[in-house]
Amino acid sequence: MEVFVVSLLNGLVYGMLLFMLASGLTLILSMMGVLNFAHASAYMLGAYFAYTISLYIGFWPALIIAPLLCGLIGAAIEMWGLRRVHRNGHIAELLFTFGLALIIEKVVQMSWGLLPVPYRVPELLDFPLFKVYGTQFPAYRAFMLAISALMFGAIWLGLTRTRIGLVIQAALTHPDMASALGHNVPRIFTLVFAAGTALAGLAGVIGGNYQVTEPAMAFTMGPIVFVVVVFGGLGSLTGCFIASILMGLIQTFAVVFDVSLADLLAKFGFVVTSSTPFAEVLNVTLPRVGALLPFLMLVLILVFRPRGLMGTRDT
Amino acid sequence: MLQGKWFSALIGIVLGIACGGHALAQGTIKVAYTDPLSGPFAQVGDANLKQMQYIIDYINSKGGALGKKFELVPFDNKSQPSDALIALKSATDQNMPFIMQCSGSNIAAALIDGVNKHNDRNPDNRIIYLNCGAVAPELTNEQCSFWHFRFDLHAGMKAEVMVRALPKETTKVYLINQDYLFGQSVQREVRNYITKLRPDIQIVGDELIPLGKIKDFSPYMTKIKASGAQALLTGNWGPDMNLLIKSGVDAGADLRYYTFYAHLAGGPTAIGAGGDNRVLAVMSFGENVAPEIGNKEAEAFTEGFRQKHKFDFSAAGFRTIFEYLQAAVNKAGSIDPLKIATAMEDLQVKDFLGFDTKMRKEDHQIISEYFVGTFKKGVKYDAEGTGLGWATSATILAKDIDQPNTCKMKRPSAS
Repeated sequence: MEVFVVSLLNGLVYGMLLFMLASGLTLILSMMGVLNFAHASAYMLGAYFAYTISLYIGFWPALIIAPLLCGLIGAAIEMWGLRRVHRNGHIAELLFTFGLALIIEKVVQMSWGLLPVPYRVPELLDFPLFKVYGTQFPAYRAFMLAISALMFGAIWLGLTRTRIGLVIQAALTHPDMASALGHNVPRIFTLVFAAGTALAGLAGVIGGNYQVTEPAMAFTMGPIVFVVVVFGGLGSLTGCFIASILMGLIQTFAVVFDVSLADLLAKFGFVVTSSTPFAEVLNVTLPRVGALLPFLMLVLILVFRPRGLMGTRDT
Repeated sequence: MLQGKWFSALIGIVLGIACGGHALAQGTIKVAYTDPLSGPFAQVGDANLKQMQYIIDYINSKGGALGKKFELVPFDNKSQPSDALIALKSATDQNMPFIMQCSGSNIAAALIDGVNKHNDRNPDNRIIYLNCGAVAPELTNEQCSFWHFRFDLHAGMKAEVMVRALPKETTKVYLINQDYLFGQSVQREVRNYITKLRPDIQIVGDELIPLGKIKDFSPYMTKIKASGAQALLTGNWGPDMNLLIKSGVDAGADLRYYTFYAHLAGGPTAIGAGGDNRVLAVMSFGENVAPEIGNKEAEAFTEGFRQKHKFDFSAAGFRTIFEYLQAAVNKAGSIDPLKIATAMEDLQVKDFLGFDTKMRKEDHQIISEYFVGTFKKGVKYDAEGTGLGWATSATILAKDIDQPNTCKMKRPSAS
């Protein structure tokens, strides 16, 4: 029970962080069809910006300024980069963002060095909020939960209650029709791309000190975000939300359950010994492959339900 | 016509570079160095490179060997054995007598194999593999090779040091290691020495994690806490170690962390003040060793590095490597790898701290002193500007970790 509750909380925190990253990517991918490889780089930039800003004027201004900076960079990328490349089709866009991700990583390495930077949780939030069965739950994690929940609310309100939100929604499901109706779709694209990058930046600001801020953080975070987006389905923020939480929980709980295929077979009266074929594979416990489970699920969902959990279009 | 001119100019430039390069090769003893210089483990390779460069500059200022200077030529292997083999190919193509590699026993295994084959096929262009930190015990036991010299204690020796450092009141420990050759050896060796030396200790958890894939260790912490462990023993390095301890400190776990690599670049920053008096490292050197034993010269040497670079000097072992090379090349009187390798066997060098070290002939494993450091406040040199640093809590002399080996070395025939 105790393990269950703590794992649930941890899974939730991680899932919400994933959601912050993935929500922007979902918007960009479903609207513009751009598989933005540089998305996780914005996450990294957010963390580094926040670190630098917090050195001078503190964490709280950084919480606002760093995502805005990321958003500006996103807008610039869309207006002067992606829009030109767009004419040459999706492959060109894909390669463009891929190159961008590599360049950003190198720039970060050159400006902040290869070593992790000491980006720390602000003192105001650096205390254990409560104890669950003796395990401290840091206040900062609660803060992360709150920020991501706020953000989810804000996006949802923005998309359903504002005019621009309605246009975005229309462009999400029927991009051609929306532009045929005379909406300035390119400008919406810029807006969505900037907003998506800003969200990734915000995730970086609060994720950078929760994890470790280092040049490899984009590289390690990138793949899992794609899994979330594809799993959740194109054009669905709800799907993305569910997928994020699910991935967070799966990765957390996979660690807790020390079972292997051999244990499962034993339930059916089939005992695996060292002479059984594939005994090595059968004896691998769940925690050892926990980090790979999301990718397994990605493969499965692409085979059996290509449009994702709540998707409205095929991937 | 114009094109022709350009072409000949280009040829001229290429020739110039080639000749220049050749002239340089005559003047220096080149050491190829391959480690991850990009990707998730780039920090490790980069820190190694900077420290080696500092050491080489020092060794060269002391006359190099045979009147020649050592020169380090870095190759990025992106943590991939295949890329390390490409580095080996480039090194042998350029007739370099040494290749050095530190991170990743899986890469080391591939390199040993590659070097063996290359040296068999090309007796006139051999190369020596200097292993500066790949510590799976297999490499100097089952896989041992005449061309491979290991300059760090292997995981079995480190495991023994770690288990010996466990205090009497510790009775429950948890093991976490990375799921590859090295992590699995640490797991096996630590288990081994716990049963042998401390039968009173119960291993309440034993886990392998995928290398470099975990972003959040909190679930592991939950499990560790639930197991009632008092100490966490890990061979993890890089982000896998940093994130692990960070999440433990965040969760306020009442644990002591026994690590192999917490003192290396990036570790102290990630751990922070929350790790005060909780994190221990089995290490070849710490910056506070020199002032603690009152060795002014060694202290000045490490301080010199600090002034030059923003991070700490942890690689005294690398200096020992180059002192061995210097001694072996001078003893061999040539840069012929076969002669150098022979000269290196059973060579004894006093390292810069003043301890005795020896390159064991039967398996080419160095035997050197080792330290256990505790990360705490109030030391002379803090680590990475955290205000905390590594205080030496135990020193183990070379003669006390001279573990037996099972190596059956195949020596090249005299021809």
